[in-house]
Amino acid sequence: MSRSYLPHWVHWLGSPPNFYRFAGALRPWLMAVALVSAVIGLYGGLLLAPPDYQQGDAYRIIFIHVPSAWMSLFIYATMAVAGLVALVWRVKLAEVIAMECAPTGAAFTFITLVTGSLWGKPMWGTWWTWDARLTSELVLLFLYFGVIGLYNAFEDRRRGARAASLLALVGIVNLPIVHYSVQWWNTLHQGTTVNFLDPARSSIAPSMLWPLLVMALATHLYFFASLLGRTRTGLLSLESGKQWVRALVGGQPAQTTGAPT
Amino acid sequence: MAHWLAMGGYAIYVWPAYAVFVIVLAWDWFAPALRRRRLTRELRGRLAREHTRNTRAPHAEVST
Repeated sequence: MSRSYLPHWVHWLGSPPNFYRFAGALRPWLMAVALVSAVIGLYGGLLLAPPDYQQGDAYRIIFIHVPSAWMSLFIYATMAVAGLVALVWRVKLAEVIAMECAPTGAAFTFITLVTGSLWGKPMWGTWWTWDARLTSELVLLFLYFGVIGLYNAFEDRRRGARAASLLALVGIVNLPIVHYSVQWWNTLHQGTTVNFLDPARSSIAPSMLWPLLVMALATHLYFFASLLGRTRTGLLSLESGKQWVRALVGGQPAQTTGAPT
Repeated sequence: MAHWLAMGGYAIYVWPAYAVFVIVLAWDWFAPALRRRRLTRELRGRLAREHTRNTRAPHAEVST
């Protein structure tokens, strides 16, 4: 086996029934911590943080806009990595994970665009402008739609997943464009607020920064919880003929005859 | 409270933004649950049909 260098638990987790059980056990905990941190983050952002000296209370959209924007990129990267594994090693679980990333990624991208629009209207005086940051984020949404559409266009779901994974990999070029668009082009969109490499250069007060980071944590945990749930359903659907799914759904193995169900 | 809800005059921008966030993520969370319920029902039906086919005597098989 050429894959023997992988630790044992990777093989164990890569098997659909094992992953199904593992995800089912982990998911409620992730969602619980996500909800608790969202409540803390929103309390800090909407009640504790002071109004901005320039933008007043309108800036409070930042606590959902920026975490959603980060998620739109993070989920795309996750989808592309899973897609790469799906294409190179043809791992069924990776195919499902890659495809189940797309709807949540599209959801966060959509939230980013809408909340940005609602923030842009009072601050810039316009709902929309074709500047580099906004346009590249819109392209990101269309990439997600492209992945979902291509996946659904195939009769053979596994071939569809691999084709869509290839599209996801090609679309990766858009990620640095989104991220650096505010530096490469002269845009209406404001520059980077939080600088992770050099925190001293972050142009945000600590009382506003911590709720933002807690919301970022909440959205990441939410994404993992959502992905685990979607992947479980995806595995059930893809493996519907398999013994483990029959046992799980029917309670009785199919070949036993005469037994009451 | 009313002062807080007014969001310094930006309430018509801030609250719809939060509403979109909550509604879209609620959709993201509950849509797969519905898909899952539909799938489980479908699989149960298929299993039940197979079960009756298997338990029926071979000569009773009706041509389909």
